[in-house]
Amino acid sequence: MSSLPRAHELGLIGCHVCGLVCRDVPDLHDATCPRCGAALHRRKLGSFARTWALLIAAFFFYIPANVLPIMRTVSLGDVDDNTILSGVLELWVKGSPDLAIIVFTASIVVPMLKFLAMSLLLISAHRRTAWAQRQRAKLYRLVEFIGYWSMLDVFVVALLTALVQFGILSLVEPLPGVVFFGLTVVLTMLASMSFDPRLIWDSKETHD
Amino acid sequence: MNAPQQALNGKEANNLMICEHCDTVYRRRELARGETARCLRCDAVLERHQRIGTNGMLALVLTAMVVFIQANIWPIVTLGLNGQEISTTLWGTIIMMWNDHSQVVSILAAATLFFFPLAKMLTLGWVLFFARRGERAPGFATAMTILHYVGPWTMNEVFVLGALVAIVKAHVYFDVLPNPGIFAYAVLMLLITIFASVDMRRLWDLTEAPPA
Ligand SMILES: [Zn+2]
Repeated sequence: MSSLPRAHELGLIGCHVCGLVCRDVPDLHDATCPRCGAALHRRKLGSFARTWALLIAAFFFYIPANVLPIMRTVSLGDVDDNTILSGVLELWVKGSPDLAIIVFTASIVVPMLKFLAMSLLLISAHRRTAWAQRQRAKLYRLVEFIGYWSMLDVFVVALLTALVQFGILSLVEPLPGVVFFGLTVVLTMLASMSFDPRLIWDSKETHD
Repeated sequence: MNAPQQALNGKEANNLMICEHCDTVYRRRELARGETARCLRCDAVLERHQRIGTNGMLALVLTAMVVFIQANIWPIVTLGLNGQEISTTLWGTIIMMWNDHSQVVSILAAATLFFFPLAKMLTLGWVLFFARRGERAPGFATAMTILHYVGPWTMNEVFVLGALVAIVKAHVYFDVLPNPGIFAYAVLMLLITIFASVDMRRLWDLTEAPPA
């Protein structure tokens, strides 16, 4: 690995916005990228604190997102409140099992995976361990890639609400769960964006 | 501003490239057709060979804009019940969520399905229109920064899948017909996937700064 030079060893910085290779100076305060004008940082600013804060906030919203119903359907006087999980079950029984699996993956598996993966990445990067660096780097890219698919159920509720406005026979109403769910998705996306994957490689071993 | 201190000389800077995921420094080389350069340390994609030129990209953006208008005007789904029919467009959905006391969801949908994709297409079109002639558009740096930040917040492809799920769910109670809007959306999804695979940063290399 030592044959591959890293930017800080060569006194270089890659601009976070446009990717230009810039020269590192000891006093980086106020330095900007000569090409795009973005502020230059060796690592994303306050990556650990920011990512933890956003992740914990997301988790606090995730609990009501799952416990509270996201949608109410009224049909022939029958009132039926659906949570995310009961909506998946209904889809499994009445509609198509394959779509039920997709919704389950997008709204339950993906957010849970994000919470676990981001915590693992934060803790291991904080300890500066060289353990499974390549796998951790891949895990981070996976989390970034799949993150926004969790919006799926939010859009489903929105569309159903707009469609079923008959009033006489049936009615679909969005309930607070869907708001919490949308906020969870946004916060987890912000969390994975504020994490700096370079931290995975800043291990004690590589420095010594 | 101590920019001059920061700049490497042009040639040096253009020959080097830093992996965004692990900070490894590489010397750039020409990529062959269909080739992808990957980071040896972390396996992230460093650069892809670009098949589509700036003219092609501009054509794609213009097509996407036309499809985008259709996807927003045409109804997405129609419900039929006892001879009554009702349909909704994207904006019908957004307005309905607003009136149903789910303003947060309404704003999220409007931003990720309408405003951000629109901003992305307009900015990209503006930049490409000038890049075709090797020029940097007025406000180039700002435009490129906008593209960098807006990128992850467009969710049209998620919406297509969401519409599919909504159709199946509503099918339990109603006759459901997919409308042209959903097909326009599917095409838009394809076009957006193509944009996503193109590294816009190369526009910095393809264009020249106007003489100061
Ligand atoms: Zn790398």
